Amino acid sequence: MIEGQRPVTEFPGQVHQTPTGGIMTGAIADVINWARSNSLWPLTFGTSCCAIEMMSTASAKYDWSRFGFEVARATPRQADVIIIAGTIVNKMAPVLKRLYDQIPDPKYVIAMGACATSGGPFFYNTYSVVKGADHVIPVDVYVAGCPPRPEALLHALITLQEKIKSGGKRERIDINLDKQ
Amino acid sequence: MNREELQAYIGDLGAGLTFEEGGDWINVFVEPAAFRELMLKLRADEKLAFDYLFCLTCVDWKTHLTMVYHLSSTRYRYNIVVKSKLDRTTPEIETICDIWRTAEFHEREVYELFGVTFLNHPDLRLLILPDGWEGKNPMRKDYEDEVNMIKL
Repeated sequence: MIEGQRPVTEFPGQVHQTPTGGIMTGAIADVINWARSNSLWPLTFGTSCCAIEMMSTASAKYDWSRFGFEVARATPRQADVIIIAGTIVNKMAPVLKRLYDQIPDPKYVIAMGACATSGGPFFYNTYSVVKGADHVIPVDVYVAGCPPRPEALLHALITLQEKIKSGGKRERIDINLDKQ
Repeated sequence: MNREELQAYIGDLGAGLTFEEGGDWINVFVEPAAFRELMLKLRADEKLAFDYLFCLTCVDWKTHLTMVYHLSSTRYRYNIVVKSKLDRTTPEIETICDIWRTAEFHEREVYELFGVTFLNHPDLRLLILPDGWEGKNPMRKDYEDEVNMIKL
């Protein structure tokens, strides 16, 4: 680990070394959340240019598998998180809702970019665009940008991990990235 | 043929053709009544052989509609744009989907978004818009949607 960098997979408990191995102690809910946050499988879901950045984030240069996201699933039944990568139009909204409903609990949503957050460039004078994907499904993390850079998406994914590790509540949480 | 020769050659194909200067490609305006005849000639003429329609769209100028057809000749590498002004209240033009098959769904798209009626089109119905959008043309400049649109 690089000096000063925060470990992203900090184990929520103590490890006691013994001559024949280690003994771990911790609250089971914390351990489950810790495991869950480091193995989030995204749904292969992209509706416009944000999907290109999402693919870039998945590819070797940015490589989201460093954080446990590499198993992108083509079916919602095996996925944990939807990254809404692109514009949601009125005709797509029921499809997105159905995909979300098919994901087994616990499930998480990242709204990537301006379109998924608010309608973005299509907010005014359009007949077809949903003004924010949170009109359709609840969103955990919003990413600004049009489209966001892969670093921004990685930051959102790490933020989601922090959210899950802190209990996975829907409420707003404060994340102090400086804490050890 | 260079550009001037091509423009002169196309100008001789029909009466009342006018050209718009200044574009990268030759822009030819044709009256809707003479439109289909011109398109048939552009496709069939051995010296032109426009065998590829690569764009079909429409522009709402508030005073009138303009149909825009981009044609390409894969044999001679010519590109031209054919335009035709339509009346805004009852826009009608002959179909060309029997000349270039790709126009079939392009014309359906222009039909649903701009309300242009393509005469003799074999299957003129909505392409992407859901049922119930007949008669509402969202790409018209004066289109209003009280529920979904936030006006700026």
